[in-house]
Amino acid sequence: MRLLVLLKIALKSILKNKMRSFLTSLGIIIGVCSVIVMVGVGQGSQQKIEDSISSLGTNLILVFPNYSRVGGVTSSRSSRQSLKADDPQYLAENGEFILAASGSIRSRQQVVGGDSNWNTEVEGVDPGYLTIKSWAIESGTFFTERDNKSKKKVCVLGKTVADALFPNTDAVGQRLRIGNKPFMIIGVLTEKGETAMGNDQDDIILAPTKTVLTRLRGRDYLNQIYVSAINEDAIEAAQAEVTYLLQQKHGIEAGEADDFIVRTQTEITDMASETSKTLTLLLAAIAGVSLVVGGIGIMNIMLVSVTERTREIGIRLAIGARSNDVLRQFLYEAITLSLAGGFLGIMLAFGISSFMNRFTEINTVINPQIVMVAALFSGAVGIFFGYYPARKAARLNPIDALRYE
Amino acid sequence: MNKVIEMRGIVKNYQMGELEVRALRGIDLEIVSGEFVAIMGASGSGKSTLMNIIGCLDVHSEGEYYLDGENIQDMEADDFAEIRNVKIGFVFQGFNLLARTTALENVELPLLYNKSVKMREVVTKAEAALKLVGLGDRMDHDPSQLSGGQQQRVAIARALVNNPALILADEPTGNLDSRTSVEVMKLFQDLNDKGITIVLVTHERDIAEYAQRKVVLKDGHKIEDSPITKRRIAATDLQNIPEEG
Repeated sequence: MRLLVLLKIALKSILKNKMRSFLTSLGIIIGVCSVIVMVGVGQGSQQKIEDSISSLGTNLILVFPNYSRVGGVTSSRSSRQSLKADDPQYLAENGEFILAASGSIRSRQQVVGGDSNWNTEVEGVDPGYLTIKSWAIESGTFFTERDNKSKKKVCVLGKTVADALFPNTDAVGQRLRIGNKPFMIIGVLTEKGETAMGNDQDDIILAPTKTVLTRLRGRDYLNQIYVSAINEDAIEAAQAEVTYLLQQKHGIEAGEADDFIVRTQTEITDMASETSKTLTLLLAAIAGVSLVVGGIGIMNIMLVSVTERTREIGIRLAIGARSNDVLRQFLYEAITLSLAGGFLGIMLAFGISSFMNRFTEINTVINPQIVMVAALFSGAVGIFFGYYPARKAARLNPIDALRYE
Repeated sequence: MNKVIEMRGIVKNYQMGELEVRALRGIDLEIVSGEFVAIMGASGSGKSTLMNIIGCLDVHSEGEYYLDGENIQDMEADDFAEIRNVKIGFVFQGFNLLARTTALENVELPLLYNKSVKMREVVTKAEAALKLVGLGDRMDHDPSQLSGGQQQRVAIARALVNNPALILADEPTGNLDSRTSVEVMKLFQDLNDKGITIVLVTHERDIAEYAQRKVVLKDGHKIEDSPITKRRIAATDLQNIPEEG
């Protein structure tokens, strides 16, 4: 029988039972929709992580202390005290491919200023920090290398901190106390907004590295060093240079293990994407299961339908339908149901994802490839789960089918 | 005359569990083109089995069966489907129309399964068949909107639509009242007058008398095969039956 005629028959019998057809497709609708949305959420978070890492700074290279191994005992990375306060300056002065370098030492502190107090992150950094972060001063000035060297108790406030402590007055020129040490506020940073994880980047106080190390922390080693390469093409050269310069400064002989690790931004992004790729895959797998469950729903209804329509099948066989015609009729019905479900699922996914993007914090990215795959998969589900009931219909004996009550 | 059906020594055995049922025990039967034959017999006589074999819904165990000159023995399932589609038109006791499908669409069905009919001819042919059985004004009606007699007319139109060599009617009046039965028999006689071969299976003697010839089966044997001497003419009988008011 002609394809068009069979499709028409399939469509007609689907429309005869609208409610049942809709409920049958619902499994596929939900399945396809969740595949697309889940993958969209996964890829959205991946994109957000990549964005936030690139917002860390331009052409960024990060230096971490390496694991320390003393007498066979490996301690955690941060316990290693290998990155010294004057390392960043050494890198900035001697590196040919290095634009700027800054140490970093972070801690949470209770600060008191104006009439109120605030708990915030205090980060010790070098003057090159603003260049690396492509950040700027809104009012006042940033501290200099001289301030750093003389361990001057000056600091620069993030916008959030400035607004919290000095809501109505200019913060510049005011004093505040960080852990009972008085600091002079010399500048306020421009607003930077939130990170991918929802952290407020403006909820921070910056102070010179050496001031923080000696006045607040009483130690002489950094958590990490930020380095910015002069341009994108120079990142690898800069990475090699950082390694070489630090080996030189730390007096590490050839063949000896480095007491630091140098990572480029790309390497860090790759590691982070690897994690979220796994997450995406996991979400897709869970959603895929629901698509299979939807397929089983179609098979179930088709089996009921074949039994219910035994007499119709008998009539068709008696007036000249070949068993292949009957097979195709029921198969097309199943495929139409699942493809229609797939189509509605895609529509629903677009709706949900634009809703999520507009009204929630979760960012979703709809990938056209995934939409294609979901559509093809829903068709395949129709074929796979429709074949058995269709074959059952096609194998009916016309005499028995005609007698069926 | 061209032989539409030629059967020699047809035997049909069924296996029902442990028991072997011998439904037909050697039937010889010839029906030529243009005949109107009634196959009679009590239930269990084998007449339904014979009809299923004639209609290629079932295959005989032994013997030879030529339908319209072709040996059924050499055929496969799809060939049977084509025979049922093109060479035989079925009319059933229970009408067997598709529910929630209009009269026209029911009549179109055999055409849709017929490869030699072009798509644009489908509607015209179906309409012509419905007009022939006197239902030209009821084409858009669903079976549920039609009386029993009208439903059987739709079924007859469906049987006719592919110009079969043979119309096979299985108790076509079994579900109808006596006047409607005669009306249906009149339709069969009209069609037969136009040269269409009809095989009618019935257990009612008076219905069989509208045919030209009767074949009586008993216990799987043919016990009688004779012309009907006092053939009833449905058109005349209709004048004697009062219309229901």
